[in-house]
Amino acid sequence: MQKAHDPGEYVAFRHVQKSYDGETLVVKDLNLSIGQGEFLTMLGPSGSGKTTSLMMLAGFESATSGEILLDGRPINQVPPHRRGIGMVFQNYALFPHMTVGENLAFPLEVRRIGKDEREARIRRALDMVQMGAFANRRPAQLSGGQQQRIALARALVFDPKLVLMDEPLGALDKQLREHMQFEIKHLHESLGITVVYVTHDQGEALTMSDRVAVFNDGRIQQLAPPEDLYERPQNSFVAQFIGENNKLPGVVEELNETRALVRLATGELIEATPVNVRAKGDRTLVSIRPERVEITAGPMSENAHLLDAEVREVIYMGDILRIRMRAAGSEDFVVKLRNSIDQRRLDPGERIRIGWHPQDARALDVI
Amino acid sequence: MVDLPRIAVQAATAAAGPEIPLKARLARAQARARRRAFLLVLPLLLFILLTFVIPIGQMLQRSIYHDGFSGAAPALVEWFAATPAGTEPDETAFAALASDLLFMKERKLAGEAGTRINYAVPGSRSLFTAAARGADRLTAPYRPALMAEDGKWADPLLWAAMREAASPWTTDFYLSGIDMQRTANGGIERVDEGSRVYLALYAKTFLLSAVITIICLALAFPVAHLLATLPMARANLLMILVLLPFWTSLLVRTTSWIVLLQSQGVINSLLVSAGFIGDDGRLALIYNRTGTIIVMVHILLPFMVLPLYSVMRVIPPVYARAARSLGATSWTTFRRIYLPQTLPGIGAGVLLVFILAVGYYITPALVGGADGQLFSNQIQFHMSKSNWSQAAALAAMLLAGVLLLYWLYDRLVGIDKLKLG
Ligand SMILES: Nc1ncnc2c1ncn2[C@@H]1O[C@H](COP(=O)(O)OP(=O)(O)OP(=O)(O)O)[C@@H](O)[C@H]1O
Ligand SMILES: [Mg+2]
Repeated sequence: MQKAHDPGEYVAFRHVQKSYDGETLVVKDLNLSIGQGEFLTMLGPSGSGKTTSLMMLAGFESATSGEILLDGRPINQVPPHRRGIGMVFQNYALFPHMTVGENLAFPLEVRRIGKDEREARIRRALDMVQMGAFANRRPAQLSGGQQQRIALARALVFDPKLVLMDEPLGALDKQLREHMQFEIKHLHESLGITVVYVTHDQGEALTMSDRVAVFNDGRIQQLAPPEDLYERPQNSFVAQFIGENNKLPGVVEELNETRALVRLATGELIEATPVNVRAKGDRTLVSIRPERVEITAGPMSENAHLLDAEVREVIYMGDILRIRMRAAGSEDFVVKLRNSIDQRRLDPGERIRIGWHPQDARALDVI
Repeated sequence: MVDLPRIAVQAATAAAGPEIPLKARLARAQARARRRAFLLVLPLLLFILLTFVIPIGQMLQRSIYHDGFSGAAPALVEWFAATPAGTEPDETAFAALASDLLFMKERKLAGEAGTRINYAVPGSRSLFTAAARGADRLTAPYRPALMAEDGKWADPLLWAAMREAASPWTTDFYLSGIDMQRTANGGIERVDEGSRVYLALYAKTFLLSAVITIICLALAFPVAHLLATLPMARANLLMILVLLPFWTSLLVRTTSWIVLLQSQGVINSLLVSAGFIGDDGRLALIYNRTGTIIVMVHILLPFMVLPLYSVMRVIPPVYARAARSLGATSWTTFRRIYLPQTLPGIGAGVLLVFILAVGYYITPALVGGADGQLFSNQIQFHMSKSNWSQAAALAAMLLAGVLLLYWLYDRLVGIDKLKLG
């Protein structure tokens, strides 16, 4: 680990560990650096340590060991109110006994900013989230989405460089959530702030982030831009957690840098891209995304691998057709087809040939 | 989703026919529900009426109504009605008095009538009972006859008192409640300095209650906060300690305070043996104002802790975190975020403790000595002397004071902000 401050590194976790009870570590050796202006998302299942990591950064939990740096300075000993970090909480945490305007004035008042400037900033912040007309309302008189916007405005009104958000959209319905995702992203871009965002909605993570850190069991499993995460998962956990995938268990028969031959349980031999298999004879899970499986020879490449399959169920999902079939020893091999006008229709019981490009079959570790 | 109610309403319209307007049907449907709700609360309503509203009404009536004299002296009542206030009692008046004394003797009313006059002019009771005893021997002219029995019969103050008592409706009891009395010519004046008791006691009662309330608040706030933030198991244990006073008899608690606080008691002995005070300098902690305050604070503390706790328990800690993240120090967070959210509990606790303190009399009677007595002890005193009207007038004054404060509280804080449980 380099100790010198890297100018592109605004926030850094160095070997951070956290234990609440002195027995188990809920965060195990967290190493993460976040660049200035970056939108980084912590994604992971419940209990994986996302909130804990965020709270250590905000200063509400202390790290059991390791170091947290903000703009090059260690902040382990800095109390939360002097860190200057904006924060949006899951249930908004708007002060119920204050109006919207007073809520926004609060961080400015504690910073002893004069009345005129305060009012100008509040107006600017409210306009930014299109809530200019609501300054005199109480939080209880606002809808969930409106409260969310106010919470956002309050976290931004004192111009923090870093804003933390812990599942800020968790309580909103799907449509509003998608709209707010767009607005948060837009604010992030126009203000140039650094955002650390926590969610366990993978769609949200993929659409909003510059980089996503996938947490599991107190560790970062993979830290990568959304595209990499989806297309090139580094291990079975990530492959399984992000999007849908078909997992075919097998044993590595041949292995070099770019190619692995895997003998499936059915005895079939398939070609895959090795990701984290180490040696011949290793057991592996070959992961294939359902939308990368083809059922017609046309789009398949020369050396695409072909298998026999039997259609078991066709589920109509509007934009796509989800086909469950028996293939490669699996009863639940899923294929997604675009619901286009020239798509070939399949019926249960039909026997077909399916195939994929070896690049899309990734040989991963067994979990 | 949004359309569902409208569809339901349309369906209802179709079923009921278009002739009855929606508003009328709504009113009818709600009236039925209201009737049912009313029937449900009727038993409680009757209970409250019988045990609360009627007795309080009676008490208020007693404080301004006393027919002890007016019912026993019909002839005098007539004479007072016929003459203006301040008229010198002439022979007609004394004749009426003599006939009334005879009336009292026959019906054994002299004691009651005398008692009523006695409230205004001390010593009158025996005057009436003695005169009534010999009423059948009185002969005209009555004025000299009565004067021969007792010269007090010419006292203009006595006649003023009788004129006032000739009507059963009177403000005498309130007058004496504010340390006032009537003059011979129908005016009012303050009583002698030595016998002014009520106003000073009234002020002292409210002052002491305020002091007790403030001490309770100062003690209860941290305890309630601890209760609200501690893990459940330990909070329950602490809660039991808080509630313990509720479960022991008032007398036991008071007695144990006597053991602790008296000049030869535990606390003084400890202080002396530790050398903080000399043996001749033992602190007077009981049988005075201090004793009243200490014991009442102890007794009323749970009434402050419980409403505070119930409010604090539901304040999510995330507000404090939000405030800290916005740059507030822990003191600012407490003052501007936490404290305002506990106001409903503070209001409820303060109101509860204050009202209870204002009306308390057992504890002051037991540990207050002469200096630690409160207004209620005077009420109790008059009740024990069967002077119901005076007791009722004092109680009504106390009630008025409490209601005034309640009204002030409503104006300043708002009663809807109260949270009692
Ligand atoms: N205050 C606490 N005291 C003790 N253990 C805690 C505390 N807060 C969290 N934990 C434990 O730490 C682990 C990580 O919790 P954390 O809240 O960081 O998870 P998370 O990733 O945010 O999960 P979620 O998606 O459900 O919010 C969990 O096992 C949790 O039980
Ligand atoms: Mg969490």
